Amino acid sequence: MVLQSLKNCFWLSCVLRTPKACFWSTASGGLIIQSVSNDVYQNLAVEDWIHDHMDLEKQQVLFLWRNSPAVVIGRHQNPWQECNLRLLRQKNIKLARRRSGGGTVYHDLGNINLTFFTTRKKYERMENLKLIVKALKALRPQLDVHVTDRYDILLDRQYKISGTAAKLGRTSAYHHCTLLCNADKFVLSSVLKSPYKGLKSNATPSVPASVKNLFEEDSSLTSEILLDAIAKEYATQHQIDHHITLINPADETLLPGISNKTKELQTWEWVYGKTPKFSISTYLNMAYKDSVLDVKVNMDVKHGRIEVCDIDLPEQWLPPGLYSELVKSLTGSKFCPNETTTLVTTLLRVHPQDDELHSRWSLLCENMIMLM
Amino acid sequence: VCIHRVRSCSSFIKSKYVCVFDKSALKFSHQQRLFRTSAVSCGQIVQFKLSDIGEGITEVTVKEWYIKEGDSVSQFDSICEVQSDKASVTITSRYDGIIRKLHYSIDDIAFVGKPLVDIEIDASKGVASEEDVVETPPMSHEEHTHQEIKGHKTLATPAVRRLAMENNIKLSEVVGTGKDNRILKEDILNYLAKQTGAILPPSPKAEIVPPLRKTEAVPAAPKDKARRVPVPVSRPIAFSGKDKTEPVTGFQKAMVKTMNAALKIPHFGYCDEIDLTQLVQLREGLKPVAEIRGVKLSFMPFFIKAASLGLLQYPILNASLDENCQNVTYKASHNIGVAMDTEQGLIVPNVKNVQVCSVFDIAVELNRLQSLGSAGQLGTSDLTGGTFTLSNIGTIGGTYAKPVILPPEVAIGALGKIQVLPRFNGKGEVFKAQIMNVSWSADHRIIDGATMARFSNLWKSYLENPASMLLDLK
Repeated sequence: MVLQSLKNCFWLSCVLRTPKACFWSTASGGLIIQSVSNDVYQNLAVEDWIHDHMDLEKQQVLFLWRNSPAVVIGRHQNPWQECNLRLLRQKNIKLARRRSGGGTVYHDLGNINLTFFTTRKKYERMENLKLIVKALKALRPQLDVHVTDRYDILLDRQYKISGTAAKLGRTSAYHHCTLLCNADKFVLSSVLKSPYKGLKSNATPSVPASVKNLFEEDSSLTSEILLDAIAKEYATQHQIDHHITLINPADETLLPGISNKTKELQTWEWVYGKTPKFSISTYLNMAYKDSVLDVKVNMDVKHGRIEVCDIDLPEQWLPPGLYSELVKSLTGSKFCPNETTTLVTTLLRVHPQDDELHSRWSLLCENMIMLM
Repeated sequence: VCIHRVRSCSSFIKSKYVCVFDKSALKFSHQQRLFRTSAVSCGQIVQFKLSDIGEGITEVTVKEWYIKEGDSVSQFDSICEVQSDKASVTITSRYDGIIRKLHYSIDDIAFVGKPLVDIEIDASKGVASEEDVVETPPMSHEEHTHQEIKGHKTLATPAVRRLAMENNIKLSEVVGTGKDNRILKEDILNYLAKQTGAILPPSPKAEIVPPLRKTEAVPAAPKDKARRVPVPVSRPIAFSGKDKTEPVTGFQKAMVKTMNAALKIPHFGYCDEIDLTQLVQLREGLKPVAEIRGVKLSFMPFFIKAASLGLLQYPILNASLDENCQNVTYKASHNIGVAMDTEQGLIVPNVKNVQVCSVFDIAVELNRLQSLGSAGQLGTSDLTGGTFTLSNIGTIGGTYAKPVILPPEVAIGALGKIQVLPRFNGKGEVFKAQIMNVSWSADHRIIDGATMARFSNLWKSYLENPASMLLDLK
């Protein structure tokens, strides 16, 4: 396998909008590139860039990438429904929303991502997955792996080792999938379990599945070996040289406009704000003095912001003026613990200082923030 | 009706399906839009059908509309996002015109081959000859609005084309970073910035920044998002920016509430300069000790501890006045707030019970609050219960400020930056001094100038001669 630095590769001059005569005609069929970055946002931005700017008519592209710990939700999913956001924040695991559909996945360096770029007409997921299975079998003939009609790859007929998603644009399309080599299954199962109750939405739900790492089946397998095998098979099928070009997703000269794409993927508006409208109907169990209060809460959240908020507190538990101010403050604000904390602590400043009120207020607000 | 032109083989640029009549239609429709209010729209309504998705898929779910009825669209603009079996598909418009009807709502099932939206296409479309780029200023209208380079059209919406024309820019010279290499408004702005050498604000509502001499620091805020260093613009730019109105939410809303309450407090200010020469040396020596213990030691822990020692002598500065101004409550705990500038805005967490903390304890707590603050994970207990606040605006810049008291507190201090300035010592010799300015604000209903001045002098003496803090440490 030959890793070639991009400085030596002229392929990019061919795809930029300034038409130049180049050796493009000598390349044929396909191109294999690998990201040097483990940042999920940068890598997703590369996918966007290739989708938007590259001409895939004569040359298809295989993009190989791995990420440091991150949870990636599908385009139309609800992060509160799909994962334990509190745990993610605590463990500093990133949350990203990709542009393709499908369900939620956990990425770490033990998981490899493969993106197959083609023109819209040549979009064909089965073929890509069969390519991967062929590569795996060529590497380890004894592996029992096959593709299901849900576009999953199963190991031993029961464990999911790969999930698929796709994005189709006007003239180009991509199909990407994961491959579990040696991911941390413990973290995976704990972050992909949502603690949030009472959510109702039409967001695409994920289908949970038992997973297994290829490493568990054969401990001689590493991410590098697997990446290489797949690249080799791709190269064979596209009749190109088996070499992988490295790219740096932070290189603005190489990929003009990429830093804007990366930034956009990190904005709150994209990650949380694109959540389809949903509602929450649940109870807060607040232990106050010697009793436990069950307080019903109803909220509607649209574009990640609270549209409607209703908290059924016992009468006079809070001064009515303060309650209505709380609701007014929350309405229109982000469904986000940080913003809510700031708002509720500010409200306390401007109200008479009373220890009893202070502790009730803190109790209510902390419970509300737990919903986010 | 559009004719699709197949792109030439020699281009490696992403294929564009361009309508032969497209350019002229756009040109005319651009002009026509100016007169739209007076003309009766009598365009032809075309039913844009959902095209084949591939893989034998016959139905999809509509997930998001990018346009609504009445919006005008250009060819290639995104219309909606649909999903089918893990694939998310962006449907783009084949026509220029106005959206007259959406056939589906969100979460409806849409069928391939059936109408998705109705678009009213502009009735009058003439055929205009394709023009090549001509280098004769000033540019004629056609060249600005739609340029051709060696057979490749540049894509841009009418608004972007208008912007280019108003600024005498050739679209062919602008690098487009949008989808299909289309030229976006940002690309025009960047091009302009490179021309004039000016740093243009990203949004049309940028403020004119007054010269930074006295920082009129809004609240105790070390943050000032809207302020950018003004770069002189070499020539005036004709700019078709639009005002943008958005609701006040989140952190801004919180600030509005706090400041409206602060308005009720009659503020008076008191300022002074502090010679931190000795403290600077002391901190240099202690920094490595703190590092070994895993803690970053800034000047703040010293400022905070000295304030607490001062509050022990002048407890009225750590008090709270009730709503009717009938009672003053002297708070036992010194919960000293530290103004923090985060990505989202200003927050003021506080260090609890400074009166029983060592300088090192304060440093540890500050580190904790700072990392939680930048991660957006401060809890309610960190943000409530403050009794006195310090704002170190000097880390960003400034000398004197006019901080705003955060209710229910009665005093606040803003610290400017540390500057090396010449001062006279006792022998009348000039020496290099590390000078920092402090600006206090206090509630004049219960605090008088003399109290503030004495507190400030005491605080100043602790910092100018750190060894004296040892005498009063509990």
